[in-house]
Amino acid sequence: MSLQHYLVISSILFTLGIFAVLTRKNAISILMGIELILNSCNLNFVAFSRFVTPAETIVGSEVFRFDGQIIAIFGIVLAAAEAAVFLAIILAIYREFGSIRPDEVDTLKG
Amino acid sequence: MEFTLKTFIFYGFALITIGSALAVVTVRNIVHAAFALMVTLFGVAGLYVFLQADFLAATQVIVYVGGILVLILFGVMMTSGRLEMRIHIERGQLLLGGCISIALLMLLLTVIANTPAWENLTDDGTQLAPTTKRIGELILNEKFLLPFEVVSVLLLVALIGAALISRKEVRD
Repeated sequence: MSLQHYLVISSILFTLGIFAVLTRKNAISILMGIELILNSCNLNFVAFSRFVTPAETIVGSEVFRFDGQIIAIFGIVLAAAEAAVFLAIILAIYREFGSIRPDEVDTLKG
Repeated sequence: MEFTLKTFIFYGFALITIGSALAVVTVRNIVHAAFALMVTLFGVAGLYVFLQADFLAATQVIVYVGGILVLILFGVMMTSGRLEMRIHIERGQLLLGGCISIALLMLLLTVIANTPAWENLTDDGTQLAPTTKRIGELILNEKFLLPFEVVSVLLLVALIGAALISRKEVRD
């Protein structure tokens, strides 16, 4: 498995996420698309840190390549925070408008 | 590249991931889409295992599948009546979104195929030691200490903000 295998997989995931965000008419489906995009980014981080970054040699002969993995962990944390706030906003919108279709929430439209 | 069991499993995980992601964006029923998303997240966790990121794979399963997906299902249950379980899609938007997505995918694949620095970077087969210990040291003691603290403050802010936004408004 080369780096390019992982890059192709993650770019397909990214594109599918963009497609969901562009076409779906339900706020929760849009959130699912965003999660796909975040996952593709994390996969890219881990793949690049595995293949590209120089090895960090610690005491003994163990080899570590880690920075990308830690960035991916922070990415997962950010995704969790984002999902929580997103769903809170969706609940508030549902209570106010009775619908979570993004094109029906147009109070600000002149 | 010879066709070993390892490559077979890798392509299996890749197919599972991409196929279920395709289901997430095409299935009409939103609950089915949520379960397809679960399969996608498991597939990505499997790919992390192939990249020798064992801690990250476990975190992916615990946080995404155990946390975010349950949150999404709660959101579906609380906001979608029986009528809104089915997702409406407009044809024109589908066409336009599909064109943009395919153009984007072509662009990304062209870049991936034509970047010389990324060619021939194959798995050199070095076995990483279990990563958990070293990740703990890096996060709690070494160069990622400050980002870790910042992220914990961010989580706290998100928690308070979510509770504040979603509570019922009390007028006095």
